[in-house]
Amino acid sequence: MALDKAEVEKIAQLARLHVTEGEIETVAERISDILDLIDQMQAVDTDGVEPLSHPLDAVQRLRVDTITETDQREALQTIAPSTENGLYLVPKVIE
Amino acid sequence: MIGKTIAELASALRSREISSVELTQEYLKRINAANSSLNAFITVCGDQALEQAKSADAALAAGNTNPVCGIPLAHKDIFCSKGIATTCGSKMLENFISPYNATVVENFNRAGAVTLGKTNMDEFAMGSSNETSYFGPVKNPWNLSCVPGGSSGGSAAAVAAELCVMATGTDTGGSIRQPAAFCGVTGFKPSYGRISRWGMIAFASSLDQAGPICKSAEDAALMMNVMAGLDSKDSTSVDLSVPDYSGTLSQPLEGLRIGLPRQHFAEGLAPDIDQVVRQALGEFEKMGAQLIDIDLPNNHLSVSAYYVVAPAEASANLSRYDGVRYGYRCNEPVDLEDMYKRSRSEGFGDEVKRRILVGTYALSAGFYDAYYRKAQQIRRLIKQDFLTAFEQVDVIIGPTSPHTAFEFGSKSDPVSMYLEDIYTIAVNLAGLPGISIPAGFSSGMPVGMQIVAGDFEEARILNVAHQFQQVTDWHRRTPDSITHKVSED
Repeated sequence: MALDKAEVEKIAQLARLHVTEGEIETVAERISDILDLIDQMQAVDTDGVEPLSHPLDAVQRLRVDTITETDQREALQTIAPSTENGLYLVPKVIE
Repeated sequence: MIGKTIAELASALRSREISSVELTQEYLKRINAANSSLNAFITVCGDQALEQAKSADAALAAGNTNPVCGIPLAHKDIFCSKGIATTCGSKMLENFISPYNATVVENFNRAGAVTLGKTNMDEFAMGSSNETSYFGPVKNPWNLSCVPGGSSGGSAAAVAAELCVMATGTDTGGSIRQPAAFCGVTGFKPSYGRISRWGMIAFASSLDQAGPICKSAEDAALMMNVMAGLDSKDSTSVDLSVPDYSGTLSQPLEGLRIGLPRQHFAEGLAPDIDQVVRQALGEFEKMGAQLIDIDLPNNHLSVSAYYVVAPAEASANLSRYDGVRYGYRCNEPVDLEDMYKRSRSEGFGDEVKRRILVGTYALSAGFYDAYYRKAQQIRRLIKQDFLTAFEQVDVIIGPTSPHTAFEFGSKSDPVSMYLEDIYTIAVNLAGLPGISIPAGFSSGMPVGMQIVAGDFEEARILNVAHQFQQVTDWHRRTPDSITHKVSED
């Protein structure tokens, strides 16, 4: 299964990763190699097999809907790149 | 003191033969002498360690009975540690100081253990050789031109070189077991959900599991007693009581049924490894165990299924690294898109980016069924194979890795690196417990043997491993080069 340049650019966009012109071909080749490995799965008949997403088929444990967390914004924001008045600062989003 | 087991050190501390401060100083000295050649540690926290050691000495004097109180350990740099950098082997988190402790770290702190530092690892736990770390590769103490294995390479190398008597690791596709095999130490991945993942930086949430890396099953049992248990902060941790893993180590193995998967002793396994493992299996027969050939028919699909599931989950887990709230942010972003793309592309290494791209592809519209859903179906077949096998046998034993530690740079093709985990990966997909213990040597390099059991049969595995270590001494061997270098100082 070979990936072309356009497909690599599309998934890079989805993943918010920047792949340079120089890198694209190598990246496409490497990913295609991995896809060849993965394609081995297609040879197996899995009709009627229930997908396993959790090793024990466990379900999400629930708890009573009461507040147990405390506000730790200050402590958590000490490591932020840029904050102001408790908000995280990023480049302008809205024109 | 170096070379003593955790229990022996605990005894020495209580009889005042040595203090925790002295023991900690001894390990810090060893780390200082060896780390420039091994690069096993990313961060060494000497001052904090000595503070913890002082508190431990006071606790011991007051009668503390916890076996790990005052004992120094290292944490894989994937566990959040308050006030100490947690880098996950990545530029993305190079300066990340966690505001809280992972439950694993908290458990050891509460037990009185002393944190020496954070160990090196493949970036975001993605690798089998510790070559993808932003902080440089870790060297195998048995041969400095060879890899220690990965992704918990730093922890395994540190224990092998006796820079700490115990270390924590994580295992998503073999990342505790394979480096343990390559470094000649004992590495244990318990059942999925046995140990809390709170504060353990996520790679693949349905596969990740923490575990002990140390010199013996006996030591692993002591570590498991500290690490295991339900944690309300991790909703995937299981509500099962933690047995005293030390209490059942010595049960005799008479009548134990050991399954040998044909697929683990087939083409691809180096003949010398085959020989070492079969010889080791002879020890079990002498103890009255029965060797039974079994089949794991879908084993060959495990790597394929894993390289869909793990990257897919990783692509979701690593989407949080966007330069907004923590971690690396690129210089002078022109807009939000640019900030996301450049922070991520500059912060992540090639292997991480590769896996994110594969995972994104597998989950994208039009491909989800063919890839992710298909892989989850294969996953059920793989688990089914194990459940069927465990109707006939009590444990499954085989080689941990197809060969001994390879040389740096020898696996430049990603797919050949992925195939390194051919015997370990299925165990993660099935959520089962598995250990790697030293089984012998080949051309001077350690050979590891893997023991797998059914869901939550950690006590059984530790018992089988311990009994093997009572009649063999592979686990007591140490690499000469580093030992001599450290003793010279």
